Amino acid sequence: MTTIQKKAANPAAHLSPEDVEEIGRRLDEIRQSVLDTRGERDAAYIRRVIDAQRKLELGSRAVLLFSILPPAWVVGTTGLAIAKIIENMEIGHNVMHGQWDWMRDPKIHSTTWEWDNASPADQWKHSHNELHHTYTNVVGKDNDLGYGIMRVDEEQRWHPMYLAQPLWNFINACFFEYGIAAYDLELGKNLASKKRRSSPDFKARAKVTLKKIRNQMTKDYVLHPLLSGPSALTTLSANFTANLVRNLWTHSVIMCGHFPEGVETFEKTSIDGETRGEWYLRQMLGSANISGSQAMHFMTGNLSHQVEHHLFPDLPSNRYAEIAPQVRALFDEYGLRYHSAPLVAQVASAWHKVFRLSLPNGFMEAPASSVTLLATKRGRRELRRRPAA
Amino acid sequence: MRVRDRVTRVAEAVTTPLLPADYLDLFHPLRSGAPLRGRIEHVQPETADAATIVIRPGADWAGHVPGQYVRLGIDVDGVRLWRAYSLTHGPRADGRISITVKAVADGKVSHHLVHGMPVGSLVHLEQATGDFVLPPEGGKLLFVTAGSGITPVIGMLRNLFPVTDDGVVRLPRSDAFDITVLHVAPGEPHSIFAADLRALAAAGAIDLIARYDDVHGVLDVEDLSRLVPDLDARTTFACGPAGLLDALEAHHSGRGLELFTEQFRPTTRVVGEGGTVTYARTGTVVEADGATALLDAGEAAGVLMPSGCRMGVCFGCVLPLRQGSVRDLRNGEVTTAEPGDGVVVQTCINAAAGPCELEI
Repeated sequence: MTTIQKKAANPAAHLSPEDVEEIGRRLDEIRQSVLDTRGERDAAYIRRVIDAQRKLELGSRAVLLFSILPPAWVVGTTGLAIAKIIENMEIGHNVMHGQWDWMRDPKIHSTTWEWDNASPADQWKHSHNELHHTYTNVVGKDNDLGYGIMRVDEEQRWHPMYLAQPLWNFINACFFEYGIAAYDLELGKNLASKKRRSSPDFKARAKVTLKKIRNQMTKDYVLHPLLSGPSALTTLSANFTANLVRNLWTHSVIMCGHFPEGVETFEKTSIDGETRGEWYLRQMLGSANISGSQAMHFMTGNLSHQVEHHLFPDLPSNRYAEIAPQVRALFDEYGLRYHSAPLVAQVASAWHKVFRLSLPNGFMEAPASSVTLLATKRGRRELRRRPAA
Repeated sequence: MRVRDRVTRVAEAVTTPLLPADYLDLFHPLRSGAPLRGRIEHVQPETADAATIVIRPGADWAGHVPGQYVRLGIDVDGVRLWRAYSLTHGPRADGRISITVKAVADGKVSHHLVHGMPVGSLVHLEQATGDFVLPPEGGKLLFVTAGSGITPVIGMLRNLFPVTDDGVVRLPRSDAFDITVLHVAPGEPHSIFAADLRALAAAGAIDLIARYDDVHGVLDVEDLSRLVPDLDARTTFACGPAGLLDALEAHHSGRGLELFTEQFRPTTRVVGEGGTVTYARTGTVVEADGATALLDAGEAAGVLMPSGCRMGVCFGCVLPLRQGSVRDLRNGEVTTAEPGDGVVVQTCINAAAGPCELEI
């Protein structure tokens, strides 16, 4: 059985092993209902998004050829930032998850896609799809918990270095794509010892990453500015701004997925011999959604449906919104907390945790609201009736 | 470095991580240098369940010889499926190509082509291929065609005898040919190109022997020499279902006659529980049961398999399925591939469902 890390109240304590397997069976049913109806409508959706994104990017870059004119700078930079966000999130992230592999289109496939980001697709797929999605929120196995540079769980030992983690987190947000690349390279671990530094595997991977970064930088900071002629400097600043906006946005959305207060983490030993039902339960307790408009969901690449995405990482992203009510009903039925809050609240909550855990435990309390206010009525009743074992 | 190469390199640097082609495809998918595609220009119903589809191929179409076929990839319910179809016109002056498709029972692709493809749709193409073509030197030939097996033959006949408003034209190159067509179909109303064959026969271009099951009974190959008196003097070209072709092989080899055959519909794949798994590049062959994942079976046999989460989540283990059938252990769904289909499967949650071959 999945055990929650030494929390005062285990939010799944009231579930019997049979309950957990039943939840797994019900989730499998939801997954199958999407597979049974997956088809032309979905294929048309992703093709339309890719088509629109490429045209938006082309159009924005064309406008930026005249970026010396302030209105052109504003319009082009806005368009390019939006195009880059869509490319990274609704398209890149989801295609590389294999969400569209079923179409058998070699151009929209997890094995061939490369994205507009510093981290090479192959390395990102390993650290994200394989490690993060398999070992979600398992302390010591899922490096997404704090990216190895931050303390985001009470169980991580405090060190004075963490006092500065709000600053690290802000710098990481500004240069997030390089943060991801360094993280996918496991730079911290690999640079620590001479043996790791000189391992042929690490050197080969670092070379690939550096080449990708060089290509990306040449494109945004050399070639497109040069093509702009007299607008070279303003195009450079426009491209830098678009990348900055994209970095800040993606960082915020991704922080919301697992960092908000009240999202559970798990012990390494708790996943030994984990059943499918228990794996599902871990994803349910370890993810948080963002509520909001359709446009917001789209711009987050539907990672606002983080719970649904973590339960079914290979289902097409356009379907998460459709199954969310069924998933939520299942949470309610079994008295589990479905984390969902507007973007501003989730970002604030995640930042609150970053500040709180920069201090040793006990200096700043977890907000009570995260446990009670968002819990469902039935969940509260169940939790009271059957206290943590 | 040539100027052209330099321009290409700069263009690639400007569009990285995509290629210039990814953007050009948005506006001009049929241009030279693009992956070969075609646009459907016209759909002409032939019978209730068959239609001729006229396609404008991309600029890099290399042409074809009458009788050859083309592999066509179309998206049915969002999934790209590939099938081979005979080209039913010889090379045309307007550069268009055409295929004639009969909607077969359970035929996802053929139904979609006959009934579901709007004019203007893009299709994916490979270059024409096939050895079932007219011998350039001419000669005395017998075409035995059954059902839609008429399609490659119609391509050859149209090339020799174009039909114009003034009727059938006998081109000079047709002089070297003496052609008899034995056409077999369940019944005349369902027979595609029956009218074309009759017109060619009426013009004296071919000798036509039409055999309809509902009128003449099912064809027995032993009757061939009675139906075609000069059978021994002719080279036979046959296209139709496997049963007929097998019977013809036996008949002709017994008499020492020359026979060329063409069959599109592959021998039926047996979908079962477990099967022989071939890891093609390493040459490893394993008998795997229906409960063992392809990944586990390969690793147990010493194949260096890519792997990841081992639970169907991360797509780190995917490999091309060259051919054969596999079953998803989670929900029982069967995936089948023919060579060239480009099907990629997750090896950690798929088991053999009959013989299959993986590209590793």
